[in-house]
Amino acid sequence: MTKKTYINGVGCISTQKTFDTVFLEEAVVNENENVLKIVSPAYKDYIAPAASRRMAKGVKNGIVAAALAVKDAGVENVDAIITGTGLGCIEDSEKFLTAILDNNEEFLTPTSFIQSTHNTVAAQIALTMQCKGYNFTYVNGAVSFESALLDAKMQIEDNEANSILIGGVDENGAYTTALFKLSGRIKQDNQEPYHLLNATTNGAVYGEGASFFVLENEKKETTYAQVLDIEMINTLEVNEVENKIISFLKANNLEISDVDAIVLGFDGNAAFEKYYSELAQNAFAATTQLYYKHLCGEFDTASAFGLWMASKIIKTQDVPEITRVNSVTKPAYNTILLYNQLNGKNHSFTLLSK
Amino acid sequence: MTRGVAITGMGIISSIGNSVEESYISLIENKIGVSEIQNISTIHANVIKVGEIKKTNEELIEELHLDETNNFSRTAMIGALAAKQAVKNAGITSINEFRTGLISATSVGGMDMTEKHYYDYFEHPELVKYITCHDGGDVADKIAEELGLKGMVTTISTACSSAANSIMLGARLIKSGKLDRVIVGGTDALAKFTINGFKTLMILSDNYNKPFDNTRKGLNLGEAAAFLVLESDELVAKQNKKVLARVSGYGNANDAYHQTASSENGDGAYLAMKKAFEVSGLKPSDIDYINVHGTATPNNDLSEGRALLRIFQDEKVPDFSSTKPFTGHTLAAAAAIEAVFSVLAIQNGVVYPNLNFEQPMEEFDLQPQTSLKNKTIEHVLSNSFGFGGNCSTLIFSKS
Repeated sequence: MTKKTYINGVGCISTQKTFDTVFLEEAVVNENENVLKIVSPAYKDYIAPAASRRMAKGVKNGIVAAALAVKDAGVENVDAIITGTGLGCIEDSEKFLTAILDNNEEFLTPTSFIQSTHNTVAAQIALTMQCKGYNFTYVNGAVSFESALLDAKMQIEDNEANSILIGGVDENGAYTTALFKLSGRIKQDNQEPYHLLNATTNGAVYGEGASFFVLENEKKETTYAQVLDIEMINTLEVNEVENKIISFLKANNLEISDVDAIVLGFDGNAAFEKYYSELAQNAFAATTQLYYKHLCGEFDTASAFGLWMASKIIKTQDVPEITRVNSVTKPAYNTILLYNQLNGKNHSFTLLSK
Repeated sequence: MTRGVAITGMGIISSIGNSVEESYISLIENKIGVSEIQNISTIHANVIKVGEIKKTNEELIEELHLDETNNFSRTAMIGALAAKQAVKNAGITSINEFRTGLISATSVGGMDMTEKHYYDYFEHPELVKYITCHDGGDVADKIAEELGLKGMVTTISTACSSAANSIMLGARLIKSGKLDRVIVGGTDALAKFTINGFKTLMILSDNYNKPFDNTRKGLNLGEAAAFLVLESDELVAKQNKKVLARVSGYGNANDAYHQTASSENGDGAYLAMKKAFEVSGLKPSDIDYINVHGTATPNNDLSEGRALLRIFQDEKVPDFSSTKPFTGHTLAAAAAIEAVFSVLAIQNGVVYPNLNFEQPMEEFDLQPQTSLKNKTIEHVLSNSFGFGGNCSTLIFSKS
């Protein structure tokens, strides 16, 4: 029999205080900045200061989020580690490239080159945990994290692993952020307040973070939710999304009316808002609609924060007011659908149940 | 015993050829692609040798018929060329007809454009289009666009083992029934970023690389792209497809030893090979040829050699060679081009020579095959290892 996949532990470092808190009770919506910064945990509680000094921001946040998830799940080891990241440790990429260009390829040291390798976070976690198992890193824009989730789910279903640590991690780099403002990926300066719903300007409010999860093949006391299904599609037109969702739900013997809440990736980009607003106004008008990027910002693996939020909702049955798009409430939140895309590409559909 | 996943098409571009046929001729006629660097201006030009594709970006743009508004990185262009060849070779005419995916692999994505224009973006609006081509996913998005593929697309980046992992994921997606066919492989263009990165690690050779030689000094970098088409048995039967070979085994493990160095006893490599044997149901003695990772760095060859001796225990290690003296180390594309070479070895019954080898390593008694050898080949084992302790093994078998 095919094994089922359960989220049994979570760990989240984000632009909100998502550690040492219950569930977003201290969350603040910052509408005055177009790039949100991470709320740092006490790294010294998890990483020796000497090692910590050399580590990239993404590596540190990844290690802490992974440690939180593992502790939360009450496991000692995992069989595999799979991460997703859009840009990896981009600060180190910037540092090494700047050094090459500014010093005409001389006087370089390898540290920032090594950390710029996209699989650094997964590798460092493996080193820390001494996990010699399967170790993959996906780098495909907005589906980087979902690729990790799909891979892990396949391994659990196919009985190749019993427990897998997955995570999505990205960090902001100052120069890359400036380039993203130039290219229009990030909203222009001085256009605040930045509202993510009913956006009138292009570009997103950006963020960074690390969200990790322990997936296991059995339900236990710490279980948050079951991952029913996950699908990624590279290219979809706005008018194709609803039918795609219907067939995705149907494959899981569900209909739109069975979905208690839909978590949408609204990021304030007016140019692509229709992908979400069409669903919100039509097919899912009678469903509880939630969003999260006003809390964590947009980035390639922001959707991992969305999964963290949806997992917490299923477990606690508490829907923080701050996350609501509409006022529809349901007696229980047992089935949640997450939909995300970035600039019309890399669509993902994730289905959770109690 | 599972028979593995069918390979129905291949495409490749590297310093030893712009097609599968050209690559094979180079391999059997000892035509190496490692040379002096031409397309990138670097202060290291005189002290390094590289496996460079001798085509300028303008020539690649023309070959792909891209218009002048395009923002393809070199990595995306060579990737698109190889993927298109593979799809054509598999006789696919309607790409979205079945559930078709694309799994790419890259180490630095569009870094070749980023490093070229990094400080110019603010003054030159016409360059701004290249900002988005930096990230790894953009390469796969571009290849998918060129193929017209709309379904599942993702990219793996685990340094030098990346493409082995994309082939592995593709095989698993077919086996689990999630996809009917999948285009898998990897692409990496040479970049100043990588050249200087490896230079600072002091693992670049100033001469032609000599895998498994006692006096080896390091690797030559290279650029390449290769993709393979994997299809389900149902689809193969339904369309009466010719099967080139099969992906019969795969394994990935982590050395968990050091961020950039391999452990002395090759734990990760040993575990990866062990898993690949378990998946394939084959025994070490079934292997006729090993296409080793063999980068010719002191550390890799020692670690890989020890792992080979461990996995083969008391048995003789079969004929093995590294093809990196031909192509250089093409990083995230390496396992994909070596997958193509492995399939060609099975189809043509050849073991490629491990060029530049002179003197066995003092640490153990292992001697690569140094001249072209003809023999029947049923199963090839191919290793690829990367930074972060990432170790991958693939086994290819005759159909």
